[in-house]
Amino acid sequence: MKSLHIKSARLIDPANQQNGLVDVFIQQGVVVALDHAPDDFKADEIINADGLWLLPGLVDLSVYLREPGLENKATIANEMQVAAESGITTVCAMPELLSPIDSSAHINLIQEKVLAANATQVEVIGALTDGLKGERLSNMGSLKKSGCIAVTQGLAPFSSLNLIRKSMDYAATNDLKLFYQPIEHHLQGDGCAHEGAIATRLGLPSISSGVESIAMAQILLLVEETNTSVHFCRLSCAKSVELLAEAKHKGLPVSADVAVHQLFLTEMDISDFNTLCNTQPPLRSLRDRDALRRGVAEGVIDAICSDHQPHDIDAKLAPFQQSSAGISGLETLLPLTLRLVEEGVLSLEAAIARISYYPALIINKPKGSLGIGQVADFVLFDPDKPKTIDRETFQSKGKNSPFFGWGFSGSVVETRIKGRLVYHYS
Amino acid sequence: MASDNSQHLTPGALPSSMQLTRDGQLKHFLTIEGLPPLLLEEILNRAEQFLDLPNKAQNKAPVLRGKTVMNLFFENSTRTRMTFELAAQRLSADVVTLDIRNSATSKGESLLDTIRNLSAMNCDMFVVRHQHSGAAHFIARYCPSHISVLNAGDGYHQHPTQAMLDMLTIRQHKKEFPPLKVGIVGDILHSRVARSQIHALTTLCTGEVRVIAPRTLIPAGIEQMGVHVFNNMEEGLDDLDVIIMLRLQKERMQGGLLPSEREYFSLYGLTEERLKLAKKDAIVMHPGPVNRGVEIDSRVADGSQSVILQQVNNGIAVRMAVMAMVMSGQAAEQMR
Repeated sequence: MKSLHIKSARLIDPANQQNGLVDVFIQQGVVVALDHAPDDFKADEIINADGLWLLPGLVDLSVYLREPGLENKATIANEMQVAAESGITTVCAMPELLSPIDSSAHINLIQEKVLAANATQVEVIGALTDGLKGERLSNMGSLKKSGCIAVTQGLAPFSSLNLIRKSMDYAATNDLKLFYQPIEHHLQGDGCAHEGAIATRLGLPSISSGVESIAMAQILLLVEETNTSVHFCRLSCAKSVELLAEAKHKGLPVSADVAVHQLFLTEMDISDFNTLCNTQPPLRSLRDRDALRRGVAEGVIDAICSDHQPHDIDAKLAPFQQSSAGISGLETLLPLTLRLVEEGVLSLEAAIARISYYPALIINKPKGSLGIGQVADFVLFDPDKPKTIDRETFQSKGKNSPFFGWGFSGSVVETRIKGRLVYHYS
Repeated sequence: MASDNSQHLTPGALPSSMQLTRDGQLKHFLTIEGLPPLLLEEILNRAEQFLDLPNKAQNKAPVLRGKTVMNLFFENSTRTRMTFELAAQRLSADVVTLDIRNSATSKGESLLDTIRNLSAMNCDMFVVRHQHSGAAHFIARYCPSHISVLNAGDGYHQHPTQAMLDMLTIRQHKKEFPPLKVGIVGDILHSRVARSQIHALTTLCTGEVRVIAPRTLIPAGIEQMGVHVFNNMEEGLDDLDVIIMLRLQKERMQGGLLPSEREYFSLYGLTEERLKLAKKDAIVMHPGPVNRGVEIDSRVADGSQSVILQQVNNGIAVRMAVMAMVMSGQAAEQMR
């Protein structure tokens, strides 16, 4: 493996309180020194990073790979290259009904495809129940052995509260973290838009905030009772942030993430039936969006993720209720998170931490930082090279982004995983 | 047309403004929301002219001669479908009615494919009824630009021609809207008719618009559409000039919205007793079909204050008016 000398980069490594110009030395895919080269270090490659930011590779807690099973929407080979180009070096694959990640064979298949793609790495989140059907526990022991880092029921419903309770205990038995997306399905019904004046005006069946916060309150009580650790996925409303803050204050072993689009879009964005803004959970009110932003700023919400859900275009070319929910988000995770810095919501260090160091902590992997001894997954970012997100240059197979036309001030120049080049801007 | 196909098939916002031409004429009729009061009045005036035509059934107006109107009903309807058919025929159009419920979509064809196939058959106007909100907007956006789309009811969203025929009926009896108090009673939550009526009434500067229903049938934030909410029927009826009763569908008993039809009638049914709470000359309306003994007592439905049959008659004239207007809007647009 080549040794690497990165010259005069602005290293932003929140885990080690680094934000300044340094030289970084990498050997065998690991950071071996900062500032001064170690004795007998001989660089095979020198990168002049003048004017560039050196960031830890991003860790994205939620990506729907769509493969195997839904290759018409996306393929691992393409999307993992897109992730690399977007500065994301690790993604967590979420199971879904049509691709449930509930067997070792499924996981092996993903791992083979990821290896062949030779780009961004994938950590697999397995199904909590068999086939994600919500009826029987999955074989969590063998999922764990095959490399699963967590289990989840994702967007699929549970048959009973009893099963949720049992699954928490059984996941803990197998030392698997539970990723729980709070949805009270009975209350949700056939809803597809945030309950309020806009859904009412559009005549769309609605989803109240209670759909999320009631599910969350229930699980928080179970966390207290079972003393198991839970990560809450994709929060969307103010009440959930409030409940989470209380739980953390009590010292419960909980964490949470938010999809980055929830920090920018609101129910207003669906007011012309724009199916690109059909998401699950739905886009909420401005008040909710602001509460989520505060939650991220105060650290109540630990991580920001892309919640990447690529779709074939037909899935969005339908009346709103019939269209599929989800946003193709890999390419906007970093730009939108940095936009939060420009809008004064977060400091630059905090923004980077929410998409690298904290998500790595949640999945308990030694990633998301660039201290000495750490794996050299990193991104070189040019803060002065403007980038516009548009359909023509969008790389994901899923062209379902509501952010086409948005301009951002910087761009990814290079991405490396264990020191190995996976993307270079040309 | 073919060259801009990729642009054409891009998902995105479906703004209601697409129902107007650049100089503000009606080109599609998708929603009442956002239309200027003068345009609503023009629809009413045109409809009145059609009402005044002598011997309506025999003498056809040549306005749509050579044009083809396709009625696309993805959802059940008798009355609306028939009045649209009659309206098109009286304007000399060729009319085709497709009951799509039982054909293409049940075989798994997407709405987009259905529309593109039908568009290839050289027609000029789609009249669309669909179970999903926004379907008419969707079709207007993705069908060829020379086709006008009339919304004959989409999900819980809009039913604009119904609202306009109701406005015509009100105007025939009450002359002006500003002094009026109008109450809409019933299943507001699932009613596209109510939403269209509310937009029409507020656009025409109606003095007060009330919605009257149990809390289970009132959608969140409806006040923001400019209405007062009443959960008590007696209080809501007090001093009304116009009472609009909505049809209560039997499915509502399943979802925990109401316990029984009998209880609904006992609390919200319009009886002769309750009618006395409104103004002496109040009119009673209903978009049909009427559930006698569920939302309205037969003696009221057939009583002297009921204008229900007049609504049906106005329905044809209003639909003729709208068809004539969108065709001239379309012609103006194609001239440019």
